[in-house]
Amino acid sequence: MKSFMALLKRDLVLAWRQGGGVGTAVGFFLTVIVLLPLGIGPDQSLLQRIAPGGLWIALLLSVLLSADRIYQADYDDGSLEVLTMGAMPLEIVAAVKSLSHWLTSGLPLAIIAPLLGFLLNLDTSLVFPIMGAMMLGSIGLSFLASLGAAVTVGLRRGGLLVSLLVLPLYVPVMIFGISASSGGLSGPDVSSAAMGILSGITLVILVVAPFGSGAALRTYMR
Amino acid sequence: MAKIEKFANPTRFLRLQEKVQLWLVAITVILFAVGLYYSLVKAPADYQQGETVRIMFVHVPAAWGATMVYAVMALSSAIGIIFRHPLADLSAKAAAPIGAVFTFLALFTGALWGKPMWGTYWVWDARLTSFFVLFLLYLGYMAIWQAIDDHHRAARIAAIVALVGAINLPIIKFSVDWWNSLHQPSIMSMKGSSVHSSILIPLLIMALAYSFLFLTLHLLSLRAELRKHKIRQLQMQAAKRV
Amino acid sequence: MDSSFDLINSMLYIVGMKLTGKALSCERGGRQVFDGLDFSVESGGMLELRGPNGAGKTSLLRMIAGLNEPARGEFEIQEGDNEVNLAQICHFIAHQEAFKPALTVAENLQFWADFLSGSDDKADISVALEAFSMEPLAELSAALLSAGQKRRLALGRLAMIKRPIWLLDEPTVGLDKKSVGQLQSLMRQHLDEDGIIIATTHIDLGMEGAKVFDFATLPERADHGMYDDADLEEGML
Repeated sequence: MKSFMALLKRDLVLAWRQGGGVGTAVGFFLTVIVLLPLGIGPDQSLLQRIAPGGLWIALLLSVLLSADRIYQADYDDGSLEVLTMGAMPLEIVAAVKSLSHWLTSGLPLAIIAPLLGFLLNLDTSLVFPIMGAMMLGSIGLSFLASLGAAVTVGLRRGGLLVSLLVLPLYVPVMIFGISASSGGLSGPDVSSAAMGILSGITLVILVVAPFGSGAALRTYMR
Repeated sequence: MAKIEKFANPTRFLRLQEKVQLWLVAITVILFAVGLYYSLVKAPADYQQGETVRIMFVHVPAAWGATMVYAVMALSSAIGIIFRHPLADLSAKAAAPIGAVFTFLALFTGALWGKPMWGTYWVWDARLTSFFVLFLLYLGYMAIWQAIDDHHRAARIAAIVALVGAINLPIIKFSVDWWNSLHQPSIMSMKGSSVHSSILIPLLIMALAYSFLFLTLHLLSLRAELRKHKIRQLQMQAAKRV
Repeated sequence: MDSSFDLINSMLYIVGMKLTGKALSCERGGRQVFDGLDFSVESGGMLELRGPNGAGKTSLLRMIAGLNEPARGEFEIQEGDNEVNLAQICHFIAHQEAFKPALTVAENLQFWADFLSGSDDKADISVALEAFSMEPLAELSAALLSAGQKRRLALGRLAMIKRPIWLLDEPTVGLDKKSVGQLQSLMRQHLDEDGIIIATTHIDLGMEGAKVFDFATLPERADHGMYDDADLEEGML
């Protein structure tokens, strides 16, 4: 437990002190939100219709693009090797680092995003459903991003590859995330069912991703 | 590793492959000749879709093949990662491009079919969308092999990618179906209502032809991979002597 | 997690511990680095690994640390006791210092102290600071340290967290004379407390009674990958 807290605390402090932390992710998110109406035109009713989707896509990209900081520095400076020598299995190390990534990217974005939704003329009744669905869904997004980062950690130009590998895996989270975000609009049953399935998918990811990440990191350290 | 190497025995594989190669090519050619004859000439035109229904004979088996090849790839990856069987790693690697081509063929013929049927080349139909994602998974898998120089490392990482993809495929399929049913498309489903035997038989022959095509190409590219491996090894030995 | 810590703690008090490597073989990138390597070190003993570059000295250390897998062969602790996870009773000081420039010296040390020692062990970073006279640097950002100071910071892990086996990869690189002296006294103290040290080195570490293992004495082996050379002669390829 002490190892767990120590690692979580260190990663949070590092994310806070170094660039590429919360601020950058929010800035990126904002940029995508601004580009969206510029791309499709300022029609208020059209914007209202695409607002949830736009917010989710901005969330996917922001979480993904901050993924490379999860393991890269630890891999480069030798910390990852020392991290394998504690009592904590590498899989748990991967889970803790994914968790801290969520705390510094997905979670703050999930809180801020629906508010920025007003820029897209978002239906006010959707603010809280979106917030809830994004909080839950972004956990899975962070863990998958972390898996992608682990699988490419030893590669010099892993950035584009991470997107190619991870974005297809984001499909289920996005589909059920958006369904769950729809609130009562497509029927209360639909959104609560979607929320349930989203929880299930998140659980599967929580199990699979750390194992995959741990195995990949071990392979790169060989 | 020595024991495992004997167990894998690439030499025995190469010998076997050499023996069956001609037969496999012959069977594949015959199956395609018969299958295409039945599907393009013998099978009746559909009363609704007309002659365009014949695209199905190329499209459906390609789609089946694409899924099957991913299963082969995932299984090979699992064997490679669990038993450290070097031939299994190469088998997964060799399967990927074939699977990607099958998937592309399924998407491409699907689009060709869509034009006369739906009046547009692309419709975000559940099946097409899932296959699009499958295509992306194949591309990602192949990109991993390209990006990593060290063979053993590449094999391990690629296997992880393939297995994660295999776990996710059913979830992706399920979610795309959900998404599709939610948006209630006004398009007709790709599957015919009931399949008549005059269509089913050529379809099955074509499916068999695709399977043999895969087997032939897979074994052939496995041979090529093994040779590539040997060349690298000889180069390394040569470099060491200097 | 806690039970494994108890195990580690109890390991510290086993006198007469013996680390043995049997018929170890190392392969990297399909190339054989060494084969049939045997060694053993007992409590209070030190092993110096010597040999040319690329002979596999660092690979052997990483193998003991659990970072590389031996292609063949195995390790044994004591007699037949393989239950303990070797990595958890080892310190591995590699070339890279494993420190974050964004944290202070004290924060860096505190993190490793908490992470590596786990539960209720009171790992004290002041021990690490004292061992290499780094007290004045404690509140400094690690980004400002010189190469030698970073090295001392990494070696500080040895002093503050008790682990019976030390794996040191060229520990003296970048150290001044005074720091080398401090490292030597730390190593002597560790051996006196029945610890084990395995170190790669180019220079004489000045440790009396250290066994030397020279990689140059290992027989050279031919590479073999997936094929035997017989395949070539048979014209299969």
